[in-house]
Amino acid sequence: MSKISRRQLLRQTALTGSAALVSWIHPQASMAATSESTRNAHASEDFVYFTQPESAFVDAAVARLIPTDELGPGAREAHVTLFIDHQLAGPYGRAERWYMLGPWATGTKEQGYQLKFTPAQLYRAAIVEIDNYCRQTLSKRIFAELDSTTQDKTLHDLENGKIALSGAPPKDFFAMLLQNTIEGFLSDPMYGGNRNFVGWKLVGFPGPRYNYIDEIRHFGAPYSQPTVGLMGRDGSIMMRKG
Amino acid sequence: MRVRKFVTFLGVGLGLALSFAPRAWSQGTTYSLIAAGRYLVDAGDCASCHTDTAGKPFAGGRAIQTPFGVIYSSNITPDSETGIGKWSEKDFYDAMHHGMSRTGKYLYPAFPYPWFTKVSADDVRAIKAYLDTIPPVRQRNRRSKLPWPLSVRSVMAGWNALYFQEGVFQPDANKSVAWNRGAYLVQGLGHCGACHTATNAVGAPKKHQRLMGGDFGKHWYAPNLTRDLGDGLGNWSVEEIVEYLKTGSNGKDAAGGPMAEVVENSTQYLSDSDLDAMATYLKDIPAHENSSSAPAVAVADRTDLTRGQALYDDNCTGCHMVNGAGLAQVFPSLKESSAVQAKVPDTLIHFILAGARKAVTPGKPTGLSMPAFSGKLDDGELADLVNYIRNAWGNHAPLTDASAVSKVRKEIERSGELNARQPPVQAGGSS
Amino acid sequence: MTTRMPGVDVVLVGFGWTASILAQELTDSGLQVLALERGKFRDTVPDFATTHIQDELRYAVRKDLFEEPARETLTFRNSVDQTALPMRHLGSFLPAAGVGGAGVHWNGQHWRFLPTDFKIRSHTEARYGKKFIPEDMTIQDWAVAYEDLEPHYDKFEYLCGISGQAGNINGAIQTGGNPFEGPRSRGYPLPPLQRSYATTLFDKAVQEVGFHSFPCAAANTSQPYKNPLGVQMGECTYCGFCEWFACGNYSKSSPQTTILPVLLKKGNFSYRTLCDVTRVNLDASGKRATGVTYIDAQGRSFEQPAQIVILCAFAQHNVHLLLLSGIGKPYNPTTGEGVTGKNYAYQMTSSVDVFLDKTLNPFMGAGALGQAFDDFNGDNFDHGPEGFLGGGYVALWTTGGRPILQHQLPEGTPTWGAGWKKAMAENYLKSASIATHGSVMSYRQSYLDLDPTYRDVYGNPLLRLTFDFHENEHKMSRFVTNKAAMVAKAMNARSIRVKQRDGHYSIVPYQTTHNTGGAIMGDDPSTSVVNRYLQSWDVPNVFVMGSSVFPQNPGYNPTGTVGALTFWAAHAIKTLYLKNPGPLVQT
Repeated sequence: MSKISRRQLLRQTALTGSAALVSWIHPQASMAATSESTRNAHASEDFVYFTQPESAFVDAAVARLIPTDELGPGAREAHVTLFIDHQLAGPYGRAERWYMLGPWATGTKEQGYQLKFTPAQLYRAAIVEIDNYCRQTLSKRIFAELDSTTQDKTLHDLENGKIALSGAPPKDFFAMLLQNTIEGFLSDPMYGGNRNFVGWKLVGFPGPRYNYIDEIRHFGAPYSQPTVGLMGRDGSIMMRKG
Repeated sequence: MRVRKFVTFLGVGLGLALSFAPRAWSQGTTYSLIAAGRYLVDAGDCASCHTDTAGKPFAGGRAIQTPFGVIYSSNITPDSETGIGKWSEKDFYDAMHHGMSRTGKYLYPAFPYPWFTKVSADDVRAIKAYLDTIPPVRQRNRRSKLPWPLSVRSVMAGWNALYFQEGVFQPDANKSVAWNRGAYLVQGLGHCGACHTATNAVGAPKKHQRLMGGDFGKHWYAPNLTRDLGDGLGNWSVEEIVEYLKTGSNGKDAAGGPMAEVVENSTQYLSDSDLDAMATYLKDIPAHENSSSAPAVAVADRTDLTRGQALYDDNCTGCHMVNGAGLAQVFPSLKESSAVQAKVPDTLIHFILAGARKAVTPGKPTGLSMPAFSGKLDDGELADLVNYIRNAWGNHAPLTDASAVSKVRKEIERSGELNARQPPVQAGGSS
Repeated sequence: MTTRMPGVDVVLVGFGWTASILAQELTDSGLQVLALERGKFRDTVPDFATTHIQDELRYAVRKDLFEEPARETLTFRNSVDQTALPMRHLGSFLPAAGVGGAGVHWNGQHWRFLPTDFKIRSHTEARYGKKFIPEDMTIQDWAVAYEDLEPHYDKFEYLCGISGQAGNINGAIQTGGNPFEGPRSRGYPLPPLQRSYATTLFDKAVQEVGFHSFPCAAANTSQPYKNPLGVQMGECTYCGFCEWFACGNYSKSSPQTTILPVLLKKGNFSYRTLCDVTRVNLDASGKRATGVTYIDAQGRSFEQPAQIVILCAFAQHNVHLLLLSGIGKPYNPTTGEGVTGKNYAYQMTSSVDVFLDKTLNPFMGAGALGQAFDDFNGDNFDHGPEGFLGGGYVALWTTGGRPILQHQLPEGTPTWGAGWKKAMAENYLKSASIATHGSVMSYRQSYLDLDPTYRDVYGNPLLRLTFDFHENEHKMSRFVTNKAAMVAKAMNARSIRVKQRDGHYSIVPYQTTHNTGGAIMGDDPSTSVVNRYLQSWDVPNVFVMGSSVFPQNPGYNPTGTVGALTFWAAHAIKTLYLKNPGPLVQT
């Protein structure tokens, strides 16, 4: 019987850290001693950055970028939308580590990202424009309501810069969305994505383990230990900004 | 009273500066007497109590936690107002031998006079001669925080009558010179039993369980130093004991908690022959008849070990390796480790929750460290893990549970140890 | 308002590999040494603990251990007719921030340069004629020879506990090592790392093709190791999170695992963190440094006087400081005059991915677990018919299988969708990548100077990088990549995918953190910033460490040579400079 659940102790640990406040979200847990069963309940699915139309767009888009199919779950089951939402709400979304001083100029492709948008801003600007584009040109529906074939075409057009958006550059947005989707599918579940290790199980990555001294010698032998994340063998334990 | 030491995990190196105070030396003081005294002060590990963290050497003021309250160590620099500058040799002898201060106050046995009583008069004189040379520090002693009636020192008269056996060490003619020297050091200045012997309800050492393991306090358990094979020194050679005391570790184990401080402040300075003597004596202490080897875990309890095994595989093999054997001279072995199989698991729980750092000595300067797992494992998981470690690979030890872990966790949170080895928390990272 | 601090004998700018080595050496001579580090203090526990360090998103994707462009970056352009723009994110290279520097997050791939690398101009002219070297290629001989550095390479290798197989001991070629390497006085302190399945398959193929295969030398310990300072290291457990991460079990060589436990206890050594050095201060004559100016975390300015100033920051950061401080005439690419900023170079890399039908378990790896052949590096082959200078080694590294960034997909795989997902599922466990690691020569137009527009948080101009790959590098790379493809084909793969690095140098994709030059060494003050002892020609009490001093960049990872040069310079300071402070080389 646990006297203190992992979520609670991680919340306490986080509060003693010096970085941004991190809290463990668990809707049913109280601060008192909890039973084993609450540890296995799912974390909250509340978005902290996306508006409802934004999350609808992203969820529909990521479901095409990494679809659910006969190989198994895709980005939707991996909760990639939630992952991206939390990333955009945090230091990455705010471009805290990037050089974001002007003057601003369009450079060569070798000179890399020169947009004034932070990732959070880029998503916000692009999504509304893309939905507008869809409404105006494609059967009066927003992206999330289109059929999958049309969604795929729209995504290809974004990727190749064939859709003209007035604010957000489509290729840059698409590249960021695709990158974040892959991150959400294959990062440690503690960030909200790769739920229950669906991404890692698809490819065969066993998670962070620290000793292969013996196994590395067994050439060709599949690795058989259960998948593990930094928070343990439960692939649904999440850490997010409160 | 039980001896308590206020432990820090920063492994504070305490400089012992030898300098001469501007006062008259007692008659007969010579340089070699002072040097001998300095060595004996190292042997007695006076600094671990009488020097506060970031405090001036031997100026006292260090908070010593006891189950009865906090006792502050006293200023033993030669300051005439606030230290022991006015103390004569006899006054000092009375303190060491009878547990009495210069003004006739009873001393609490947080000051381990029940052990220091064994120290010879010559050695006491040398210690005093050395202490007289330390730079005097004006620092008033703090009042201890004990509840009534313990705050009334004269209650110690009763305790002494029941539990304190005065008297200088008497050699055993049937034993070797080395054995006697070792016994003298262990029973006297070393005061090993002050931690390594279990105590009764009023904090007196249990005579028939001498050095079989004791509760250091703050959820540290000082292990069995007798010849027991399971949880004692039965499998350690004399050389291994010497190496451990001299350098902080050997091929089997490493000092990481309060014992690391003992090595850093005291035993690393002892001569090889003195360490050899202590080891010779320790290796001669018979194991208890009802030996510590716990019954093997019942088959019905195997499920507990399965959870613990998974946790071990997921969390510990990067250093302690898949078979618990660690890496000799790098990461301690858990397999067949006497420390791991101690009767009480608190030290092991402590290391896993708060991490640990090996003692740092000139021969082994690295200070290899273990991280804190308090943020990764909850109380139930930690108990499962501890039970597995203590009963895998041929180990046998009593089982523990989540409530025991919880107590240790509360203690280390309270004391602030927990933050020393926590990883920096990052919310989702940034690019 | 600047606060003046008490003076020290030696101030080191930065606290990474070169500062740690120098501090250890110079404190042994009794000097008071102070290191100023702009990042924070870091140690194995708690900062690199096994409990959290294997986090690809945090460290590899979000780059938690590296410098933040928000605090420090540079501007970049391919050529002088472009406007340089800021490097707003990290990409091509990843400088560190924090105690230990890049020594904390490197892979540990260890190499010595070839004897001919140090004499590239004279050797090339002798063998191929003066006309073989293009007119705008400004390569020059180093002012030191391989033989000068040999004992210092050895010292660095034994400090680190390098795991490897020697190829040439005092002229005798050793079986199983690199037959092309320069002669060494003794073998490595530790045997090579264990092999991965992929490296054994590569090994076989290399031998079949007829090249000389050998295990790569690794600053990842193959066994527990106690170095000459008495510092104890562990044993690599092949956790697969080496480069861009830090080691949690003391088995990657870094300042923390090899030097700091001893250094930090010395009474004559101290360091300050979160202190950004912004100037080397000179006296009125401009020929003597009085110390440095630094800015602390609160933005307060301090003057730190010192008798000797040693720049130990990352390569281009040293050059930035020299330019801001007015040490050495700034280089002008149009006139070809000046020295500070001249001869910036980099590394030319490419890869050939192989897709096998065997389970390779790429996630079991180590930073320098690799198998290589060196037949096409340096001047190990006849360049005459090929028409280029330089070369590179080819290696199959099994450094890890981190799923977001370390996966290979066959030619034609869609970038997303069901096809991408299928390719990931089918190839992650069964693919590997053969890397080529090639030299980059120096050119008149590849240089560093101060940007006219963009500023850092202190208002100082950012460093400006002007650099591109030239035809020589493209030719070399195509040649070496072709050799890699030959071996790939011999591995009986389902398919291979050649990823040549064509076109202009881009600052976007990660390549290597092997930035060199800008403060190059030489025998002639008119064409170099430092002399053979890494001492500034202009200001003799300033020394410059690191790959800043490489006149051009050979086809090997630079850290081994950086370490050797540091020991070499420390030796010169101790035995020559301290006895007689002043210029150590007369011109």
